[in-house]
Amino acid sequence: MRKVMPGNETIAHAAIAAGCRFFAGYPITPSSELAAAMSYLLPKVGGKFIQMEDEIASMAAAIGASITGEKSMTATSGPGFSLKQEHIGLACMMEVPVVIVNVMRGGPSTGLPTHPAQGDIMQARWGTHGDHPIIAVAPSLPREIYLETIRAFNLAEQYRNPVILLLDEILGHTYEVVDIPEPGEYDIINRKLPPKGLNRLDFYTYQRDEGDPPLLPNFFMGYNFHFESLAHDEMGFPTTDPEKVDRITRLREAKIEKNKEKIWKNHLLMVEDADTVIIAIGSVARSAIAAVEMARKEGIKLGLFRPITVWPFPDEPLREAITEKQRVIVAEMNLGQLKGEVEKALRREVEGLNKVNGVPISPKEILEKVKEGK
Amino acid sequence: MSYLEYVRSFKLPHSWCPGCGIGTIMQAIVRAFDALGWKHEDIAFVTGIGCSGRMSTYINANTIHTTHGRPLAFATGIKLAKPDKHVVVVSGDGDALAIGGNHFIHAARRNIDIKLIIINNSVYGMTGGQVSPTTPQKFKTQTTPYGNIEPNFDVIKLAIGAGATFVARESVTRPRNLEKLIEKSFHHKGFSVVEAISNCHINLGRRNKLKDQITMLRWINDRIIPMNVAKKKSPEEIKDKIILGLFHEDKERKEYTELYEEEIINRARGKE
Repeated sequence: MRKVMPGNETIAHAAIAAGCRFFAGYPITPSSELAAAMSYLLPKVGGKFIQMEDEIASMAAAIGASITGEKSMTATSGPGFSLKQEHIGLACMMEVPVVIVNVMRGGPSTGLPTHPAQGDIMQARWGTHGDHPIIAVAPSLPREIYLETIRAFNLAEQYRNPVILLLDEILGHTYEVVDIPEPGEYDIINRKLPPKGLNRLDFYTYQRDEGDPPLLPNFFMGYNFHFESLAHDEMGFPTTDPEKVDRITRLREAKIEKNKEKIWKNHLLMVEDADTVIIAIGSVARSAIAAVEMARKEGIKLGLFRPITVWPFPDEPLREAITEKQRVIVAEMNLGQLKGEVEKALRREVEGLNKVNGVPISPKEILEKVKEGK
Repeated sequence: MSYLEYVRSFKLPHSWCPGCGIGTIMQAIVRAFDALGWKHEDIAFVTGIGCSGRMSTYINANTIHTTHGRPLAFATGIKLAKPDKHVVVVSGDGDALAIGGNHFIHAARRNIDIKLIIINNSVYGMTGGQVSPTTPQKFKTQTTPYGNIEPNFDVIKLAIGAGATFVARESVTRPRNLEKLIEKSFHHKGFSVVEAISNCHINLGRRNKLKDQITMLRWINDRIIPMNVAKKKSPEEIKDKIILGLFHEDKERKEYTELYEEEIINRARGKE
């Protein structure tokens, strides 16, 4: 089926298809259309939508619904994303699946509410305090927005972790033809639950192999489980035992780290024979795709490496794909957040094409940068 | 069944100070569960941060220890997702009225069926005794060394004004009354608020010549007055008293999750 809709609406339709039945939100530009679509669509499938009193509360309500077993989501933009951070950390700590959509706008502070930016890449990784695992995905194309939304829910459920879906204002607002995939064209993953009838006290829920998510019950399954925001032991109760705190912190980290090859997803466009490789995500990657086409017509060997999974950062795939001889330009609507990660991965300095004025990076600008030489 | 079924006795001893009123309140809550015969697997028990926050560790139910001030926001998600379950929130005066004040007034406005018990000990106890929205004026705390100049929130007026449909107050010095009042609030369908006046002799009392629990409980006892007694007194006589009892009960107003089902789900599905 094909439908004309903006990215924000595409996410709403995909979330319902993924099994999302709870949404808590708060109005904020440029993500509000997503909440509006959910308020209309969710009750039709028996789901629940609530506009909470603030961003903090909407993150909390989404987590509350998730621990009862509902797949749940919230959506926001820059300032709201900042406000949600404490509860994103809580979901990491309690290992609760939840999807957070951040439609990026210019920042810091109130910034440029109606203009695009990509300044939250680092906040998506390190916005909340303390060491914690995170997954962030950044689609670029209409059908990909749909499929990555479904994948965001799948990853959240599979690894019991918050997953951040990063868009920017252009992708959120641009009406495009979406070629909606049929239900058979994608997988749906649901969280694994303990079988019913176990003895609560024999049920050492946090004991697991390194790399595995914990097998936790939902509320009201009969296990009277305790979800704890403090550092906790293998049964979920507060502890300050250094050995236990260390173990649980590393186990949480390991479930993403050990599975990163399964979580990574990249789009490579004519990278192999390229003299210059552009690295870009989101709407900037759309310009980069056009720039590659334009360059090739002119006989310039330009390629594109587009990380769709931004966190965990695809360092190994980058090292495999890009040779030392290739010139690398990271194009992004910030002052070099992605570039820093690329340099860390490639262990060398690369070039940046950066814009922070609320105006998109055009294909022409990318091509000019390529032509301008080092 | 015994009320001990609702206690995770394997987690005892608890972390609260000797003589703290919170134990009395916890017992009143589990006795109310027992009196109503609620199945513990059908109860969600949600707490925030502070001494009150630790209660979720000791209650044998589906429990969650959340962030500072936000237990009502988590509870709203739980209740809306599973309207047929019992959702109980225990929160302190700092948790519910300062950092969580916004969630408090909006949960009351929605009239969502959450049972809130505010443990009001007039201080931030766990962090060492800082001034709270209910610390009496002139009282010394860690952050009001020259005495508190800020007036208090009147929890009862605030809750009624915001739209709560069951609003009551009791004191830890009257444990059986507290238990009965909490039980009554659990019967109520809608957002209920029970303010439980409690003592923190360790972090509030010791700075204000009330340094042991007996002295502080006597001080509370001298200030409280049951509503039926207060009605016979002149306004002048009860000016500085804390009135105890059921202040407001509205059984007519529709509860939020019921309205959601009737109005929103049915309309969305085209069966008006």
